Amino acid sequence: MRPSRAYAGRGMADSIDKLQMSITKRYGGKVVLDHFPLEVGGREFVTFLGPSGCGKSTALGIIAGLVPPSDGEIHLNGRRIDDVSPEKRGFGMVFQNYALFPHLTVFGNVAFGLSLQKRPSAEIEQRVRDMLGLVRLAGYEDRYPGQLSGGQQQRVAIARALELHPRLMLFDEPLSNLDAKLRVEMRAEIKQLHAQLGLTSIYVTHDQAEALSLSDRIVVLREGVLMQVGTPQEIHDRPKNVFVADFMGFRNFLDVTLGKEAGGMIDAGFKGQILQARARDSFRPGEHAVLAIRPEDVRLGKSGDGVNVLRGKVELVEYLGREQEAEIALNGDARLWVRSHEKLVLGEMLDLTLPADKFVLLRRE
Amino acid sequence: MARIRSDSRSELDLVAILCLAPSLLYVLAMFVYPFLYGIYISLQPKKRDAGIFSNYVAFFNDAYQYNTIKTTFMLALPTTVAVVLVALFLAYGMRRGIWFERTITTILVLPISLGVVFLSEGILGFYGHNGWLNQLLLAAGLIQNPLELTHNSIGVTFSLFMQNFPFCFLMLLGYISGIDPSLESSARMLGAGPWTIFRRVMFPLIAPGLIIAFALVFVMSFAVFPSAVMVGQPAGSTRTISIAAYQQAFEQYDMSYASAIAVIMGLCQLAALVVIVLVRRRMTIATTMGVGKR
Repeated sequence: MRPSRAYAGRGMADSIDKLQMSITKRYGGKVVLDHFPLEVGGREFVTFLGPSGCGKSTALGIIAGLVPPSDGEIHLNGRRIDDVSPEKRGFGMVFQNYALFPHLTVFGNVAFGLSLQKRPSAEIEQRVRDMLGLVRLAGYEDRYPGQLSGGQQQRVAIARALELHPRLMLFDEPLSNLDAKLRVEMRAEIKQLHAQLGLTSIYVTHDQAEALSLSDRIVVLREGVLMQVGTPQEIHDRPKNVFVADFMGFRNFLDVTLGKEAGGMIDAGFKGQILQARARDSFRPGEHAVLAIRPEDVRLGKSGDGVNVLRGKVELVEYLGREQEAEIALNGDARLWVRSHEKLVLGEMLDLTLPADKFVLLRRE
Repeated sequence: MARIRSDSRSELDLVAILCLAPSLLYVLAMFVYPFLYGIYISLQPKKRDAGIFSNYVAFFNDAYQYNTIKTTFMLALPTTVAVVLVALFLAYGMRRGIWFERTITTILVLPISLGVVFLSEGILGFYGHNGWLNQLLLAAGLIQNPLELTHNSIGVTFSLFMQNFPFCFLMLLGYISGIDPSLESSARMLGAGPWTIFRRVMFPLIAPGLIIAFALVFVMSFAVFPSAVMVGQPAGSTRTISIAAYQQAFEQYDMSYASAIAVIMGLCQLAALVVIVLVRRRMTIATTMGVGKR
């Protein structure tokens, strides 16, 4: 990708080197963020992921300066910035509801920050046009936000923030007001812009697909507490706890009692049966634990060696297009979700194999 | 649904008319008919042989009468400006909520429930020649002679302010707090300080509501009557146009002339509204294209 003219001549050097913080936020007596630690490196794309009310947007607001932290400090390139007002931090922000100025045209919106800096109008004109070209909105200069679609409005909002060459871009659930198709398209556009411009970005979302596809690193939050930080692959494949696993699409959680460990494998007692899982440090025999597995990792039929096979009856079938997801009633009150390309019939008895290397062993909460 | 509507656009929609009927009847009975009747009376002068416009001619030939327009205007305009500015200042400050908001709002809005007469009595008691304020200032030695704050245009301005402020404040508070707060946040992120945000983002969005509030407060102030009599100087500096009409009707018993004055007053208010609406249209042509209230 050729660097665009909108950013030509300034390279990518304005981006930050390091953002460090550890903050606490209380509303009334309620702790919304509890010593939330974060370190973001230059040109990194970090995502805050979590359900609504987990404190991710508050954390972003604190970084932006729009929300005062109750406690803690934020350092940018080694300099403390939590007492700097948001308009002086030089960050760009994109909001969930776009927050375009309705009384200004697309041009007026994108030019807003530059005109506050009292740049010559010829420069403003040129830069705004280049920027609108970059977000593929050339020719829309004279439209008003109310005359644009949601996707176009969000592109104007992104252009407006990028126009000031922010040191750090903050995205507050920018795609959640868009429909599913547009969301995927805009996601790709944001990804491309990031690759093209190398802007350090912090992105807030509750959508795991967005987080996985965009991020260099994901920060998973729950009720103001950091649950796990890692690359998308780490978060996806090796969740550290039931919460993260649940968020990452592990739909099956088996309560087990651990048994003996041998050759890197550990025995796990489940409803009178012995399952085998890959052993992990710090788990001891006799301990109660949870085995998590995704529905798509459960295989239909018996494996060759007969290990980790469960039998159950199809209770519910959800049609997903290419596949089906079914809830299987095992003996007792246990349930297991299975995903399959094959047609599953209600009431049918099935053998299921749970591959030992697909299990994630987690502590019971 | 939309299809049915577009098909029958040219025809009269019976359901729509039926639904409108009660309010149409009300407007006809309570406004259009009395108004037209007033015009009708005003065109039938007391003197038999005079022309039908003789009341209007008389009004505009008599400085004692036509000066009431100026007097009323000079009372209504400053009051309206003061009400709108103070209401804007307070409502803007309270747009994101403040401590004891409900209590403060209640106190600010209370005068609306008191009635003009009670309010005027209160003004006399407090600001009057022998009112508390003067007694306090005299006792404190801050002034030698009592301040004349009532029975002149100052008193009427006080009274009008108290009557009209709550209404204007509530209207603006609703309007301003309806503006998406993230607009302010995004302006800040683009480098705008509080004053720039007000000037370049918030004010243009508030302006349409502000102008409407201005228009309504102005029209209400223009019709000032009880306070002009009670805390003003109805024979002199606060002889407003409504007093002129009252005097013709109940002192001279010339209902026809009184009606003519009332019609002139109505036309003045209408003219002011037209001017204000035209200004609004010019100012907000851009805003109305794109905004709509979310």
